[in-house]
Amino acid sequence: MCGIAGIFSFTGGKPAQPWELRAMASMVRHRGPDSIGFYRNRRVGLAHARLSIIDPTGGQQPLHSPDRGLSLICNGEIFNYRELRRDLLAWGYDFQTESDSEVILALYRRYGLDFVHRLNGQFALALWDVREERLVLARDRVGILPLFYSRQGERLLFGSEVKALLPLFDRTPRLNPVALDQLMTFWAPLAPETMFEGVHSLLPGHMLIVTRDETRLRAYWDWHFPDQGDWRGQSEAHLAEELREWLSDAVRLRLRADVSIGTYLSGGLDSSALTALAAAQSDDRLNSFSIGFGEGSGYDETPYQSMLAESLGTLHHTVVCQPTDIVSRFPEAIWHTEAPVLRTAPVPMCHLSARVRGTGCKAVLTGEGADEVLGGYDLFKEMKIRRFWARQRHSVWRPLLLRRLYPYLNLNGQRAPAYLEQFFGMGLARADSPLFSHLPRWITTARCKLFFSESLQAELTGGDALGGLQASLPQDWERWHSFNQAQYLEAKTLLSGYLLSAQGDRMLMANAVEGRFPFLDHRLIDFAAGVSPHLKMKVLNEKYLLKRAVADLVPADICRRPKQPYRAPDGPAFFAGDEADYVRELLSEETLQRYGYFDARRVMHLLSKARQGRAIGAKDNMALVGILSTQLWHCLFIENFQQRFSGAGHDSRNHLDTGETDVDNRKDQTAYSGELLVHRRSGGLGG
Amino acid sequence: MFTDDPAALADDDSFLEQGIIDSTGIMEVIFFLEEEFGIRVDDDELIPENLDSVNRIARFVQRKRVAA
Repeated sequence: MCGIAGIFSFTGGKPAQPWELRAMASMVRHRGPDSIGFYRNRRVGLAHARLSIIDPTGGQQPLHSPDRGLSLICNGEIFNYRELRRDLLAWGYDFQTESDSEVILALYRRYGLDFVHRLNGQFALALWDVREERLVLARDRVGILPLFYSRQGERLLFGSEVKALLPLFDRTPRLNPVALDQLMTFWAPLAPETMFEGVHSLLPGHMLIVTRDETRLRAYWDWHFPDQGDWRGQSEAHLAEELREWLSDAVRLRLRADVSIGTYLSGGLDSSALTALAAAQSDDRLNSFSIGFGEGSGYDETPYQSMLAESLGTLHHTVVCQPTDIVSRFPEAIWHTEAPVLRTAPVPMCHLSARVRGTGCKAVLTGEGADEVLGGYDLFKEMKIRRFWARQRHSVWRPLLLRRLYPYLNLNGQRAPAYLEQFFGMGLARADSPLFSHLPRWITTARCKLFFSESLQAELTGGDALGGLQASLPQDWERWHSFNQAQYLEAKTLLSGYLLSAQGDRMLMANAVEGRFPFLDHRLIDFAAGVSPHLKMKVLNEKYLLKRAVADLVPADICRRPKQPYRAPDGPAFFAGDEADYVRELLSEETLQRYGYFDARRVMHLLSKARQGRAIGAKDNMALVGILSTQLWHCLFIENFQQRFSGAGHDSRNHLDTGETDVDNRKDQTAYSGELLVHRRSGGLGG
Repeated sequence: MFTDDPAALADDDSFLEQGIIDSTGIMEVIFFLEEEFGIRVDDDELIPENLDSVNRIARFVQRKRVAA
């Protein structure tokens, strides 16, 4: 995988300068440390920082068509490139390299903008068509790889991360209040919103077509479900077998690489199944990687992981992440997420990818998507029970079913169930709301917004996050089963916005490790969409069909084990023992007031509770982590904007202006440096 | 009820005794009955006499629909 960046100049826009491309590329160099390549003309400039995985010697980018009428930079992998290549060779395309990305050029030649439908992969790409004077930006179907763009004057800037765009900003960007509102509701900004005002995230399953006079957004794929009742008619046994075939093939394609591939092993069903399938198809012994949190942490799954690794015969590596690691690595994680987070869970993932990199693996298979595609989340169970309960709201018996969920919560005494009932009773009267399934979660999360300052609240008068989401639902939504509706919401909010981003791509690419997601193979998604919800979750047995499909691969204990959510030490970690300097500085009354996003008095109240070591609930936890990470985000990207971004790369103005393409194998220093972080009031950095 | 083999269950077999449905599974049954037959099942109707075999369910639904 790689980092891409570039500039398109509209009519009257200044052509891309070599130093500009270099500055952009250096910001995403962590994604592609192996080499850098450039291409530019008066209309467009392309930069590519490469992590070589397929055809390490010949796959240098930008790639060009033989007649040089097309140029391409691509971050990602086209897994079905061998099949595509065979067809395109027969059609007569003259391939220049062995790179998987080159099939994109050939497909574009043959099918125009429909090229994208043929790709089975994960990608964010920019394709320049000389004849049409057209730039095409495209992002994979579900949003595995990121792509951002921003119009600055008469130019369009784009890149794998927002930080690639920032060196060319004329002025310091502002926080986008709409995105923060969304984040404090859904856990992430929803594309196209980003935390930076004026910067957009290209929607998953979309392309942006840019010509000298206009930009046009075009959708090519979306999650889609059949009308209620219109399910696949085959028997359960047949469907389980077919699911197994799709999954097995998705793994097979994702083992294609010229480098060593490992797997993430969480201890749950999905990663176990993937590891077993991968082990069966690999010649070498597989490396597997897990996170542990130490015994007694309440989050640790090390015993299951070790048992699995042993039974699957992998060479297993465990990274133990202590609460102090979370604190010390948190700022770097926010540098990569480019957005606040409400949980610290991404941080250990960064720890983990560093370990993967240390063993020489460049790519890992990982289980994200299984819960969305095949019905694994507790939220789906909650919804079922809440719908059942909503029909007889005064029933005493119906809400008792909620106690069946969450055996891992260790509920003591009578209060906890009462709390659960209160929590899940939220929005019960709104059973006809399209967002019914997610209301308890989103209403609870949105309580973080109580900490917003008056001035921030004043900027948020244009409607709320829930209304915005509701307005974006597809036309045939009404005809879908409520289970499918919940799957859709989950895929469009948490999966692409957070799990694949803050907790996925960003933590993987922080250490130049590529994640590969077999459960998100679009053929598997399309197949599973047609499977009856009753087979995805049988009564309250989650991922039922998947369990049946992989029963022979995974130890029975794992199949029977209730699903464990992945969690890491949260809020209290920041206040145990000596507080880190950055925590104290960023959460001081003075800094809170100066940044202006939060009501300092309320935050002080929350902090005193946390500092006294008093137990804080999930809601306070989210608020604490959310506030701290928002402050960090501001410190990194806004307050220190001048030092970090303005003029970045100017020192290399004279480099690389000899021709239209060039390759540079110099190693850059990482753009992130921890010591800039702690804000010093006396230094007069901000204001 | 949830097997591929339709002959596995006789109309008078107890769901609970056969291990076919547990107390959570009853939710699924009631969900289905309410949806399919437009009835409402009250808490005090949640007894084996009403719900613990195919025939019992059939009689129960019939009674409910007559009463409605």
